[in-house]
Amino acid sequence: MYGFEALTFNIHGGYLEAIVRGHRSGLLTVADYNNLCQCETLDDIKMHLSATEYGPYLQNEPSPLHTTTIVEKCTLKLVDEYKHMLCQATEPLSTFLEYITYGHMIDNVVLIVTGTLHERDVQELLEKCHPLGMFDSIATLAVAQNMRELYRLVLVDTPLAPYFSECITSEDLDDMNIEIMRNTLYKAYLEDFYKFCQKLGGATAEIMSDLLAFEADRRAVNITINSIGTELTRDDRRKLYSNFGLLYPYGHEELAVCEDIDQVRGVMEKYPPYQSIFAKMSYGESQMLDKAFYEEEVKRLCLAFEQQFHYAVFFAYMRLREQEIRNLMWISECVAQNQKSRIHDSVVYMF
Amino acid sequence: MAGSSSWSRALMQISPYTFASIGIAISIGVSVLGAAWGIYITGSSLIGAAIKAPRITSKNLISVIFCEAVAIYGVIVAIILQTKLESVPDSQIYAPESLRAGYAIFASGIIVGFANLVCGLCVGIIGSSCALSDAQNSTLFVKILVIEIFGSALGLFGVIVGIIMSSQATWPAKTA
Repeated sequence: MYGFEALTFNIHGGYLEAIVRGHRSGLLTVADYNNLCQCETLDDIKMHLSATEYGPYLQNEPSPLHTTTIVEKCTLKLVDEYKHMLCQATEPLSTFLEYITYGHMIDNVVLIVTGTLHERDVQELLEKCHPLGMFDSIATLAVAQNMRELYRLVLVDTPLAPYFSECITSEDLDDMNIEIMRNTLYKAYLEDFYKFCQKLGGATAEIMSDLLAFEADRRAVNITINSIGTELTRDDRRKLYSNFGLLYPYGHEELAVCEDIDQVRGVMEKYPPYQSIFAKMSYGESQMLDKAFYEEEVKRLCLAFEQQFHYAVFFAYMRLREQEIRNLMWISECVAQNQKSRIHDSVVYMF
Repeated sequence: MAGSSSWSRALMQISPYTFASIGIAISIGVSVLGAAWGIYITGSSLIGAAIKAPRITSKNLISVIFCEAVAIYGVIVAIILQTKLESVPDSQIYAPESLRAGYAIFASGIIVGFANLVCGLCVGIIGSSCALSDAQNSTLFVKILVIEIFGSALGLFGVIVGIIMSSQATWPAKTA
């Protein structure tokens, strides 16, 4: 019952909630980012990071470092923390934690299928996959020729199986189909996650609804902008939008007919939360849209920690860590390529 | 004295000692339920938070002690109540005085038990938040402790009223 979770939440979730809040205190602060932005070389970055919680993961790396190594080790830390929490969790928290990784699973599936299409080596692709989204039979994805085989051979045993019902066709896989498949899978995943959170009820349902609705709306806007000028029809585009969120259903109707970014802006400015995002960009500029969305997402994720006794802190923590790894990747790339003037273009500060 | 409906007649035929004993059981049983509930709420958060911030363990045991105090109140009142039980001769068991004494002890037990139940819950939930906030920012501990102190006063209110209630539980004097 909403309001009385404090009475029974701690039986199963108290320990893990305290752990995840402890992890949150280890996220990099503005002072850390300032130090990192002053670095001249990747070795300086490694030295600054060794003073933070990433220390044990980076200290054994030999110089010369690559940016991919830094990102890989930081991701490894996230994976270790996630696995520790997952093995301690009971139902329904364990299911909730698993739901968080299905997005990565979808990305990995699409990565391998695209790579196979372009004749890349399977081992090389497996190394590029996100560790949180790995599952056992992932290497056999390279064998499938079309979606039906993909489903029958590999995906029917994975948690992604129920999301495939909408996108099984017998056509061969090509770039366009794969993108549509990715977006259809992600749409099914978001809707499933949303229903699951609603079933959990209480503060979890309320906070996760807000976070997932923002995610759904952001994807709708990105799908619209990316499909302007491609051969994706309006109906196909409309099928890729999720059936919840602030934009559902009237915003989706309007977005489906947009043909350029200014029309998208016109649609989004009718919704107060998104108006502030679009107001940050001047007309005609869309590169900053990603950063504006990330900033808004980080703001909402930090607010999830304000309430106690719910599961959304786990989701928020994973997302904040991923944003931090994105920040570190950007900073490392700028430093490695000597483009330090552009560092502040894409770093999203958390606290 | 028997009422007209059979229910009230049935209630009046229940021995006052039944009511008194149930009151004593409730006072200790439900108080301990409240204390235990509060302790596990605080304890699980405290254990998890102390992994990243080990310094919080010793100070935050105060929350656990406040919850424990609730159980001690229940024990004290139960002991006081059981000293109020006196034997009365058979002819007097259903006299109005006896019934009054039985009901007074019963009420006292309920008062103390349920006041301590909610007090233990309150202190436990605040203690959990206290541990988590202390782990992030150690200046918050003393401020949240003040809230806990106010919370634990609720149990004391229950104890005071319960003791007053039971102090006027006098059984009829034994006739020679």
